[in-house]
Amino acid sequence: MEENGRIDMSRPTVEMKNIVKMFGSFKANDGINLTVHKGEIHAILGENGAGKSTLMNILYGLYHPTSGQIFINGKEVSISGPNKAIELGIGMVHQHFMLVQPFTVAENIILGMEPMLPGGRVNMKAARAKVNEISARYGLEVNADAKIEDISVGMQQRAEILKVLYRGADILILDEPTASLTPQEIEELIEIMHNLAREGKTVILITHKLKEIKAAADYCTIIRQGKYINTVRVADTTEQQLAAMMVGRSVEFKVDKAAIEPGEVALEVHDLHAKDYRNVEVLRGLDLTVRKGEIVGIAGIDGNGQTELVEILTGLKKATHGAITMNGHDAYNKTPRQLFDMGISSIPADRHKHGLVLDFSVEDNLILQNADEKPYSNHGALNFKAIDEHAKELIEKYDIRPRGCEHEPAGDLSGGNQQKVIIAREVTNDKDLLIAVNPTRGLDVGAIEYVHKYIVDQRNKHKAVLLVSFELDEVMSLSDRIDVIFEGKIVGSMSGSEADEKKLGLMMAGGSAHEE
Amino acid sequence: MKNSINTKRFIEKLQESAFTYTLISIIIGFIVGAIALLIAGYNPIESYGKLFGVIFRSSKNISYSFIEYSVPYILTGLSVAFAFKTGVFNIGAEGQYVMGSVAAMLVGAFVKAPAFIHIPLCIIAALAAGALWGGLVGFLKIRFGAHEVLCMIMFNWIAYYFSNFIVNLDWVNVGDGKTWSVPIADTAKITISDWLPGLSPKAHFGVFIALICVVVIYYIINRTTLGFKLKAVGFNRSAAEYAGINANGSVLTALSISGMLASLAGALQVMGVTYKVSQFAGQEGYGFQGITVALIGGTNPFGVLLGAEFFGAMKFGGTRFDAPSEIVDIIMGCIVLCIAISSLLKMMISSKKNKGGV
Repeated sequence: MEENGRIDMSRPTVEMKNIVKMFGSFKANDGINLTVHKGEIHAILGENGAGKSTLMNILYGLYHPTSGQIFINGKEVSISGPNKAIELGIGMVHQHFMLVQPFTVAENIILGMEPMLPGGRVNMKAARAKVNEISARYGLEVNADAKIEDISVGMQQRAEILKVLYRGADILILDEPTASLTPQEIEELIEIMHNLAREGKTVILITHKLKEIKAAADYCTIIRQGKYINTVRVADTTEQQLAAMMVGRSVEFKVDKAAIEPGEVALEVHDLHAKDYRNVEVLRGLDLTVRKGEIVGIAGIDGNGQTELVEILTGLKKATHGAITMNGHDAYNKTPRQLFDMGISSIPADRHKHGLVLDFSVEDNLILQNADEKPYSNHGALNFKAIDEHAKELIEKYDIRPRGCEHEPAGDLSGGNQQKVIIAREVTNDKDLLIAVNPTRGLDVGAIEYVHKYIVDQRNKHKAVLLVSFELDEVMSLSDRIDVIFEGKIVGSMSGSEADEKKLGLMMAGGSAHEE
Repeated sequence: MKNSINTKRFIEKLQESAFTYTLISIIIGFIVGAIALLIAGYNPIESYGKLFGVIFRSSKNISYSFIEYSVPYILTGLSVAFAFKTGVFNIGAEGQYVMGSVAAMLVGAFVKAPAFIHIPLCIIAALAAGALWGGLVGFLKIRFGAHEVLCMIMFNWIAYYFSNFIVNLDWVNVGDGKTWSVPIADTAKITISDWLPGLSPKAHFGVFIALICVVVIYYIINRTTLGFKLKAVGFNRSAAEYAGINANGSVLTALSISGMLASLAGALQVMGVTYKVSQFAGQEGYGFQGITVALIGGTNPFGVLLGAEFFGAMKFGGTRFDAPSEIVDIIMGCIVLCIAISSLLKMMISSKKNKGGV
């Protein structure tokens, strides 16, 4: 790879040696080594809960290692807190942005380090100039005067990166930076990372997405269950090899899917119209049909009406016009309970907001919709034994970790395992239609494999599946039919086998499939 | 070796337990109270000795402390704690208490019936008034998106003036320029000290009703699908709605039940202790102190019971105290403050553990 020319192998900027971090008796990091050089993009790969974030939190001073040494630019240091880290030139961009919504981009960037005018006024002119200078230098285009609440997630992330650069960071830690980005934004981010490295910055990228590692990183350190596995040169390693090192077994990327004949229509949506919270019409005559025994994937760029469509189908939102039937019964503007009873279950996009009651135990979450049913309750009295057994069975069957977590609050589980709780519940509900919205967001390849398997299993049981996902790969590999949504309408439809990224991408951007 | 691990576990358990923090808070409260006593020129050890001496001196005083003074706090505390569990801050227990006492007084004074009908009738009237008063706030919240805390504060004042209005009606007022209502009929009284002369003069069997409520509320919260749904809505309304739970219905139910508990406190107080409703000069505070009790009890029904008994005993002790009875208020205030910041304490202790790198 020609990128390697920019790496100064003689100058390691970050060296972490034999890092051990214990939480009680639990070893989150168990002898981890990491060496990163100037101008290098270094990925840290591991499953959810493998200890990646712990390691980076140690580097950023949020945790203190139980043992081990850290060297920055060759000097041994003790990083007592984020302030010390910033002093050492380390900056971190967190997965969840920390921006003040009603402030402008420039105001957010300078927050806490404002250039001042006499009399205690903020020198906004100087601030803006500085922000523009940095953004030009690294190709991080932003509108410095736009308010955070008005700009896209990708732009917000750029603001976060600028914030770190403004504070003079030479070592940038990006924690799962692509989790909420669209494919285009991901490409742009990778470009930005290359720019940063070319300018001599060191970039550490925490991720579990193999494709991005291949596209962005020079070297990759793999961590599994808190232990150091290996550091590899990305150019010499295949995605399969990376995945196998991460999970500890070989992983099947391709979804095994036998052809089956779709049956009768489960869900039918006709001429659906709806407005969003700003009263702007976001669904403009959407038509959709999902048959039993087929997976219909909705491909589209975020904000083209997917959210509203799902909200209407799950009863959280009212449509303004149109018709919906489920198994031939009227399902237009019903309550969540009615729709559930009609045979619609769903894996929601936001698992913290809609999927789980985080303060509830895992076992309670597993019966959230079914508390009124036997055997979980009898005449209004809960049957703890039945609830407990149900949970134990699903935890085993769906490989929810840690084992024996049935009485733990769902909020204590890792993201991947929280998602498994939801999937276990919804698949067990075994309704005629399963709506899955970004079902693998934030999951690692091992977990993704499971989720995909369960979705395909539902289809093989002759259930209907509606898959809404921003991961184009996922839509393409799972769907029997792909409908492309654009500006609140289905603008094109193709079978899963004939779909390719280019054709879909064009339609998602509003072009027709037949232009070429 | 094994022993030390066990001790360590035990200490960790202790650090996690809410009870520990409540205990620490109570100790801090008494220390601050002692300082206040010193400043006021009293010997704290002597004063505290007297305080506890009074509470436990005789069966009569024990009855004062743990029955007469405590029963209303058990119920208003339960009311607030139950609402907390379902995600609502019931600052309206005060008004619900008043509505309950007015309803019980009216039925107690103006309905003629034998005791075994009259007593339940008074209680039912009070429960209906409380359910209405609490439920109405729920309705306003659901229908118009009104904020329940603001509504309840206003509802407290409406109940306050409504009660004064009723008391001063010609047919309710006892006459002779007095500012209270006619007394309730003997058939509506629940005082038991006639049969048990060892107790305080106004000991009443409402204490058993309150104890039953503790058990029933505990059961509802922890063992029923109703409690399950109410808690789900309280913790995460969006997820509960998504799971098909009727969140609006839950809010209405929770507020009605809370209202009933507080109004029951008012009814028992009228039927067992005061026998009448007097014109208020200020809010009595049983409802507000229910918040204190709920916090001391960690919003657990049995915790509320202990908290209410403690609170009631302190209140009674305060009246027979040689030092100013406000000292008791200072102590209680400190305890609540400490409990309110106990999550902060917990955080400090656990972050210390983290940094230390066990």
